[in-house]
Amino acid sequence: MIYQKILDNLPYLLNGAGVTIGLAVGLLVLGLVVGLLLALGQVYGRPGVPFLATAIERVFRAIPAVVLLFLFYYGISGFYDISSFSAAVLALGLRSAAYQSQIFRGAILSIPSGQMAAARAAGMRRSLAVRMIILPQALRQATGPWTNEALSELKDTSLAYTIGVVELMRQASYIVAANYGHTLAVYSSAALAYLVLSLAASYGLNALNRKLAVPGFES
Amino acid sequence: MTTFLETRNLTKCYQGQTVLDDVSMTLDEGEVKGIMGPSGAGKSTLIRCLNGLVPIDSGEIYLGEKRLGDKHTNMDKVRSRIGFVFQDFNLYTHLNVRRNVTIALRKVQHMKKADAEAIAQQELARVGLQDKLEAYPAELSGGQQQRVSIARALAMKPQLMLFDEPTSALDPESVGGVLRVMRELVQEGMTMIIVSHEMAFIQAVADDIVFMVDGRVLEEGTSEQIFEQPKNQRTREFIRGLATEAAGAPAEQDA
Repeated sequence: MIYQKILDNLPYLLNGAGVTIGLAVGLLVLGLVVGLLLALGQVYGRPGVPFLATAIERVFRAIPAVVLLFLFYYGISGFYDISSFSAAVLALGLRSAAYQSQIFRGAILSIPSGQMAAARAAGMRRSLAVRMIILPQALRQATGPWTNEALSELKDTSLAYTIGVVELMRQASYIVAANYGHTLAVYSSAALAYLVLSLAASYGLNALNRKLAVPGFES
Repeated sequence: MTTFLETRNLTKCYQGQTVLDDVSMTLDEGEVKGIMGPSGAGKSTLIRCLNGLVPIDSGEIYLGEKRLGDKHTNMDKVRSRIGFVFQDFNLYTHLNVRRNVTIALRKVQHMKKADAEAIAQQELARVGLQDKLEAYPAELSGGQQQRVSIARALAMKPQLMLFDEPTSALDPESVGGVLRVMRELVQEGMTMIIVSHEMAFIQAVADDIVFMVDGRVLEEGTSEQIFEQPKNQRTREFIRGLATEAAGAPAEQDA
């Protein structure tokens, strides 16, 4: 009986899961690009840039996700017709950028200074050395912590529920509302969906990790 | 012989401490100069200043007619023609041996892939590692890594090779292979500056030896002068200490 209801509503749950994946991928890509720029600014920026990058990072790490979601959605929709989905990607993506910047900054700083010295000694400009020598090593260092961050953000997409994005959690609530009950069963299904998504993401990222590993370098 | 490189009154301070104090020297084309001295003497700092890896505080460095640090001097270009071999190799850990040798050829000299790889094979054969093209640095021994790093520097067709204690991080068995490669370079007439504690090697290959203490050049001369009739008491003690160490006895002098 309960199972039948869930089975009937499965298309909605799957649709919600699709939106959740879209949110997660969108915010992680935004966070990756902006986070990398912030990290490079913090480590290599001209005077003033590290301060600015750090200020941005602190602000986005200090404000709760739900507050950011409200600020971006209601703040922007005042003068631009932004969808709740885009607002969520922007708000959560910039917050993730702040966290990712610290992952990348730590990874860049963990690369021994001799690597940069060797690249410069061979005549590479600093920007070329960063691109060809430092970043490829730093990004490999970052994959572990980055996987953590990605899984954490995947779960936090459920917060987009608060500004009306029809993702997995909101679909589950709709099903509960339409069926007078079975609350636990429906939310359990949602929980199961998050579990499956997390496991799949973690499996995929670990596979990527192994593929990128340098022979003889990591066990 | 023409003067290839000249330093005039180089001074370098780190956080209020003088590491190079009024260092002047000249290097002729084809000359092999050994730099010796106790640790902390400023030897490594000196050769890092020569290719601009470390900025100097005052003084001048001339490479031929070019003054380093001059705004018309493209330092990246200068560096691309000066080979530098580090104490701890500094091979790019994420690239295999072939890419370690070719990356600067491709990205700095904009050479075609096939040409760069031909050079890599040739230089790796010279250091006896032609069969390690696909290996990654972490899969090689220290001595092999250092020989790759020499091949990497030679691939750029350098006019000058700088060696910063190239065998200090190696186990005794690996030292010989690296020194053999360096000796061949000497025979080919490469202009070189070698910072090293390998007394017998320096004595055999160096045309001229600079002995440094506390950032200053204490004594400079041919290897006979420095090793057999050192003028300075401090030089004498240092040479004696190295000799005792080489003989297997504990060094009397904590250099």
